[in-house]
Amino acid sequence: MYQDVILDHYKNPHGRGLRDGDAEVHHVNPTCGDEITLRVRLDGDTIEDVSYEGQGCSISQASASVLNELLVGKELAEARKIQETFLELMQSKGRAEPDDAMEEVLEDAIAFAGVSKYPARVKCALLSWMAWKDATAQALGETAGGKTA
Amino acid sequence: MTQLPGLLDTEAIRKDFPILDRVVHDDKKLVYLDNAATSQKPRQVLDVLNDYYERSNANVHRGVHVLAEEATALYEGARDKVAAFINAPSRDEVIFTKNASESLNLVANMLGWADEPYRVDRDTEIVITEMEHHSNIVPWQLLSQRTGAKLKWFGLTEDGRLDLSEIEQVITEKTKVVSFVLVSNILGTVNPVEAIVRRAQDVGALVVIDASQAAPHMALDVQALQADFVAFTGHKMCGPTGIGVLWGRQELLEDLPPFLGGGEMIETVSMHSSTYAPAPHKFEAGTPPIAQAVGLGAAVDYLSSIGMDNIARHEHALTHYAVGRLLEVPGLRVIGPTTAEERGATISFTLGDIHPHDVGQVLDEQGIAVRVGHHCARPVCLRYGIPATTRASFYLYSTPAEVDALVEGLEHVRNFFG
Repeated sequence: MYQDVILDHYKNPHGRGLRDGDAEVHHVNPTCGDEITLRVRLDGDTIEDVSYEGQGCSISQASASVLNELLVGKELAEARKIQETFLELMQSKGRAEPDDAMEEVLEDAIAFAGVSKYPARVKCALLSWMAWKDATAQALGETAGGKTA
Repeated sequence: MTQLPGLLDTEAIRKDFPILDRVVHDDKKLVYLDNAATSQKPRQVLDVLNDYYERSNANVHRGVHVLAEEATALYEGARDKVAAFINAPSRDEVIFTKNASESLNLVANMLGWADEPYRVDRDTEIVITEMEHHSNIVPWQLLSQRTGAKLKWFGLTEDGRLDLSEIEQVITEKTKVVSFVLVSNILGTVNPVEAIVRRAQDVGALVVIDASQAAPHMALDVQALQADFVAFTGHKMCGPTGIGVLWGRQELLEDLPPFLGGGEMIETVSMHSSTYAPAPHKFEAGTPPIAQAVGLGAAVDYLSSIGMDNIARHEHALTHYAVGRLLEVPGLRVIGPTTAEERGATISFTLGDIHPHDVGQVLDEQGIAVRVGHHCARPVCLRYGIPATTRASFYLYSTPAEVDALVEGLEHVRNFFG
């Protein structure tokens, strides 16, 4: 479960810290107390920045770091595909053997495949991804929710 | 192997618990240190459960056939055993519930619907503590919200004890009920019952004690406690899940109204009104957890055969050893008392800034079962400024070798995330 890639991201997180954004969300995982505050800044259809602060286990924190690395600079459509592929991987209960296509989409995030075998930890891995999805919807004005500087 | 004075013959005791022989993750010997969540069950309890279903299963208190009479005798026999186990003056003071949460909710609702002088209403106060399990917080919050009564609580000291320095301002003439935990499920603290009961009695408040983490580990004497209600659960004391106990003083059980209505709790029923059976049946609506009560009776027999004082001595010795060894681990902070005095065998800690979920996961990979999280006592985590803890909790079958395994496991965790 604890792949080196995950531990590397946990110890040296990418893009951590809150910067300006078009929308901010705060998500918690009530069963274990993992928390994340996440901001998204868009430039048209391009994700200009995803910034975040949080506390929690290595899985939740490393996942946020991987998300930042993967999504910043991407077009929204591509980012959504990555998010959906990651969700699919995490919901696979350890059964899905990631194929080359999946690996190409997910890059470092493929390291979380082993986490999907642990139902209690799947939510940790998904926390930042759900927060990103929520914040993006808010930034696009698709859902109610205050914009923050 | 480490020998400590006061230890039980765990080699013999462990033979009674088949599950303790399990290996997990292919080849790791199970080290079960999650006893505050639930205990394992000895063969003596499993056999009784099985026998009950194979030989005597029937509904209780209604039916004239052999099985119904046997089931009733076994169910009521379990009540006798529990009454003796807690030194209740009368067997009719023992109410069977689903668990301690239900027991505490039952008391809160009895008081919410009661007439004077017990009634909790907007001019009165309820007192709890900051170290309660959620099951002894939320029922009182609900009662407070529904009645307008003010909810107050005792805070905690740095070393994990109740701060009773302002007891006279917390428990006042307005206080109707004081409900507190005897042994904390997260800090391990054993609370000073006498001081709280004395003040509560001075102002005429009822005293409710949550003994969920006490009943499995020490001799429980409801008369010595001088409480009005005592709640505990069966599954933490070698019994099955689905069975709990509320003990209450007889005169209160006579005076207070029922909460759940249904079969078994009535005397007569018409379409306009009903009269109620005497306690304890007044508070046991519907078919009760019969096999589970019988199983709890067997658990009480089992614990008594070993002796609650012997179990307490064993756990005290083990706690002393465990606290000492854990404090040797670099970066480890015990959340709760750092000596074995006035504390039970439940030890919560943090390990540097490694998240408890990571600690628990890496321990699990080594076969060591601990609990991680806020342990249904989130206000305690807030009080000490931590998101969660790792908790190791011991029982009569726990050994010094298992303490050593935990300490070695934590070294591995430190190396892994260091």
